[in-house]
Amino acid sequence: MDITIPVLILAIPLFMFLLLGLAGVKMSHKLAGTLGTLGMGTVLVLSYYTAFTYWFSGAPEFIDGTTRLQYTVFNQTWLQFTPALAIKLGFLLDPISALMLVVIPTISFMVHVYSLGYMHGEKGFQRYYAFLSLFSFSMLGLVVATNIFQMYIFWELVGASSFLLIGFFYTLPSAVSACKKAFIVTRFADLGFLIGILILSFYTKQLDFLPMTQNPQGVFESFGGATFMGASVLTWALVLIFTGGMGKSAMLPLHIWLPDAMEGPTPVSALIHAATMVVAGVYLVARLFPLYMLEDAALQFITVVGALTAFYAAVVACCQIDIKRILAFSTISQIAFMMVSLGVASKNGEAIHEGLGYMASMFHLFTHAMFKALLFLGAGSLIHAVHSNNYTAMGGLRKYMPITHITFLIGCLAIAGIWPFAGFFSKDEILTACYANNTFWGVWMTVVAAMTAFYMFRMYFLIFWWDNPDYAARVKEQEAHGHHASMPHESPLSMSFPLVFLGIVSCVAGWVPFGELVTWDGHEYHIHIDWSIAAMSMGIAIIAIGFAAFLYMKKNDKPTRMADSCRWLWTAALRRFYWDEIYLFITRRIIFDGICKPIAWFDRHIIDGTMNGLAYVTNAASVAIKGFQSGKVQMYIWWYLIGAILLGIITAVCVLG
Amino acid sequence: MFSNILIYFVVIPLVMLLGLFLCRDIKQIRAVAVTGSVALTALSVWLLVDYLGLRAAGNDAPMLYLGSWEWFAPLNIHLAVGVDGISIAMLILTGVIMITGSFASWEIPQPKEFFLWLILLSTGVYGFFISVDLFTMFMFYEVALIPMYLLIGVWGSGNKNYSAMKLTLMLMGGSAFLMLGLIGIYYHSAPEGQPLTWNILEIVQNESISTGWQKFLFPMTFVGFGVLGAMFPFHTWSPDGHASAPTAVSMLHAGVLMKLGGYGCFRVAIYLMPQAAHELAWIFIILTGISVVYGAFSACVQNDLKYINAYSSVSHCGLVLFAILMLNTTAMTGAIMQMLSHGLMTALFFALIGMIYGRTHTRDIREMGGMMQILPYLSVCYVIAGMASLGLPGLSGFVAEMTIFVGSFQHTDLFHRVFVIVACSSIVTTAVYILRVVGKLLYGPVYDQHHLSLTDAKWWERLSTATLIVCVAGIGCFPNFFSDLIKFTFSPQIFSVLGLH
Repeated sequence: MDITIPVLILAIPLFMFLLLGLAGVKMSHKLAGTLGTLGMGTVLVLSYYTAFTYWFSGAPEFIDGTTRLQYTVFNQTWLQFTPALAIKLGFLLDPISALMLVVIPTISFMVHVYSLGYMHGEKGFQRYYAFLSLFSFSMLGLVVATNIFQMYIFWELVGASSFLLIGFFYTLPSAVSACKKAFIVTRFADLGFLIGILILSFYTKQLDFLPMTQNPQGVFESFGGATFMGASVLTWALVLIFTGGMGKSAMLPLHIWLPDAMEGPTPVSALIHAATMVVAGVYLVARLFPLYMLEDAALQFITVVGALTAFYAAVVACCQIDIKRILAFSTISQIAFMMVSLGVASKNGEAIHEGLGYMASMFHLFTHAMFKALLFLGAGSLIHAVHSNNYTAMGGLRKYMPITHITFLIGCLAIAGIWPFAGFFSKDEILTACYANNTFWGVWMTVVAAMTAFYMFRMYFLIFWWDNPDYAARVKEQEAHGHHASMPHESPLSMSFPLVFLGIVSCVAGWVPFGELVTWDGHEYHIHIDWSIAAMSMGIAIIAIGFAAFLYMKKNDKPTRMADSCRWLWTAALRRFYWDEIYLFITRRIIFDGICKPIAWFDRHIIDGTMNGLAYVTNAASVAIKGFQSGKVQMYIWWYLIGAILLGIITAVCVLG
Repeated sequence: MFSNILIYFVVIPLVMLLGLFLCRDIKQIRAVAVTGSVALTALSVWLLVDYLGLRAAGNDAPMLYLGSWEWFAPLNIHLAVGVDGISIAMLILTGVIMITGSFASWEIPQPKEFFLWLILLSTGVYGFFISVDLFTMFMFYEVALIPMYLLIGVWGSGNKNYSAMKLTLMLMGGSAFLMLGLIGIYYHSAPEGQPLTWNILEIVQNESISTGWQKFLFPMTFVGFGVLGAMFPFHTWSPDGHASAPTAVSMLHAGVLMKLGGYGCFRVAIYLMPQAAHELAWIFIILTGISVVYGAFSACVQNDLKYINAYSSVSHCGLVLFAILMLNTTAMTGAIMQMLSHGLMTALFFALIGMIYGRTHTRDIREMGGMMQILPYLSVCYVIAGMASLGLPGLSGFVAEMTIFVGSFQHTDLFHRVFVIVACSSIVTTAVYILRVVGKLLYGPVYDQHHLSLTDAKWWERLSTATLIVCVAGIGCFPNFFSDLIKFTFSPQIFSVLGLH
């Protein structure tokens, strides 16, 4: 394959970032927005072309009979560490990177278009588009990485662009603390990732993915059975690398940054914190999956973390008030589904059901990206209309915003896993994979799936049904206060077009013959829906939706009574089970007050004190002895005489004695 | 003598000094400072090109452009010069920081005297980097230290007398150790019966310092240079000194002078006494490992911008010495890259702090806020500097740190492993203190309404910061060029004694 197009896929967003970043100030909003969107549109076309060439051209470098191959388009040394270890920058084309080449530009382009309307007239519009381009560049670089260090590089860059975008409204203190939190929490996770890379590269003498994943046995042998604190060093390395994924993908206990990241503009939440960056952790595990297969302990760790996170986030999502927070927790829960699916995909070094879990995880990544971006953009449209993030300010909106309503409903049905929407297919595969590994995880995840349906429809009913607030009165009241206000109305075309497009995709994405395109070993996998599990999971989902309708369709006091009956649990869930408070305690009281301040005190008082003390002693000594230089001749003679006598005595003692 | 290109690195600053005497007004002074430093940078770039050409042609002597002129026969003292990739990198760094420093002190009071001392200081720095004679090297080292006292004492701010005295005395204390070490090396520089020498290359070839003496002399020289490299617990001159120094002096001091420490630790302590370095490294690995973490944690609770950056320098320079002590090619290459990277980005930081201070007249982050709205250009530069400091890929900090970590991790014993992981943890702490400043100083609402009338950067300020940013990004985007340039010095034959790789 010619390298021009892959290079352009990475170069165009980077160029756009530099152009809009450096010259954006001099451009009009319209020009900057158009340039950014056109750039992304070009990338969209090019990456579709690349992905489709990979899957459907049948060229011998991409497919050998029925097995899809991993193809390195180019791989350029960027920094040579030791003769064996080098960071290379390259472009790897294989089923999962081709998948991401479809997902990222699609969502990114939709967000670019949507933002033309959503961010209209905002200060820093050009800067916003520059950052979007930077993010797209980094994310694309991450998924096509040929080298674990390349992945780390772009991993850091997506972190930085996420920081810049969360902090886009930098004058708001809440946005400032959110962007700091996101960066520092993920940085902490990246420390684990880095140490994992160091261990892995030390033993394997290798940083490239392909030599590792194509010869996992060789990797296993290079570790030579080394153990550390009861676990094999390979397990440590893999778990540490997964820690990086836990940070980016907001797994328990490093999830705390994602809900706060909703302080960023809503389209950014859709792009970064729902569809692309947050699945980087899943992608990382999938990329190294052959290595994870070697160590069941590492996979079990992933499964447990994923399952706990999925359940936790689902519980919290049931009680939130801010609709973006509900979506954020739902994202955490859904990513945990993908993690669990990877975790259960293999046992004792054998892929279960030909790697069904892996396929299901990637499938869910794909469908989730579409419907969750749809939901977030829908939420953006709602927020745009009512100027509030809370569902308490909404209600009965279905009459005012028909397009948003229908597309949002599609998104909710898709995530709830109702046939024939996208989520049904992928979630069904995940559940099948869980049951195939262990019934316990199967039941666990089925329960979480039911909760998903419940909290999504709770939100849906509260926004679009429930009570019908008197919007006209509210508008009048606001105008009386001198604010500009209007009735909730449908958003402009630039915002409704992405909604409609993603709505359609969410309806049809499940029908993609995914098993033929993306599998862990490149062999084709024939999806056959296990109708017993499908029927059960859908039945439970429908019951959950019915329950949500019963509670929230019409305004009533059942929800309040329910909350009152178990007040402590409700409060705890509303406060997200106090994770933020725990972290605040650790950072403020332990790290700042317990480590940093004592160190600063030690530096100022002990170390500086010693230095000042030395200077003082020198000074004092010189003051003490300067009396000898008095200028009085009598004194000098006295000293001379005493000295001479002393010397005489000493000599006498030495010579005679 | 004047046919050797290296000698011009000392001659040009001397000519500049002469030119300054003749200057009548500030415009002429600026012209002399800028022209001279541009000429020096151009010369070092030309040297780099020529050097690469010689290397490409297969010249693999440890140092090139050697020259040696006797100036005190009884003690065999020479003005001996010679450079390799590391020294050339340092010469370019010095040039860049001199240019940007001149722009950053565009409106300094008493410019003639200020530039006089600044250029004298740079003479010392240039002389140090080109010398291969220990005595001459030491002399230039002292030439670089003394002007600092006057520059801080006269043009400084705050508690400047205390700081200037503290800085000078502590560095002089280091010099005392150093001189003892150097004289010791001289008396063991040649086998019995042969003439003693100060020349580094000859001493290496003679291999005549016994291991016992090395164990005495290595700590002397390492501590001597380590004081200038801000090694714990000899670092406290740095926060006070930087806080009181005027902008250009902070830039030059953190950017170049602290590199003298790292360079000397390698060029003298380790290069001449590898066995002792190998055996005693653990002591200094502990101390420098503490520096890395200690500096970072201290920076987290400071409120003065210059203190934050001074402690950050303690942390970053600690990493330089830490990596040098790993005694393998990769980590040591990383150390030199970290020196370059830290030099450029700290200069950038101090330039920006000086520019902000010049406008707001405070450096306390509690008394400022929302600068992004008022001074967008300077704020964006500050964010970029911060990103470089916390190791964002594409900027210089990342490549240097990663080279160090990968190189250091090649040691297999638990002691090294533990310290490498401890040093790695600084990437998190760095993010904490950088983002704390970004959040308080640049983001958020405007704190003081009086600041709303401030004006953004002038052209010379833009030129100064933009140059540094381009250099930082240059190293960050094309690291292999610099890595190859540096790596040659650490080629196996130099450490054949130890069988290091």
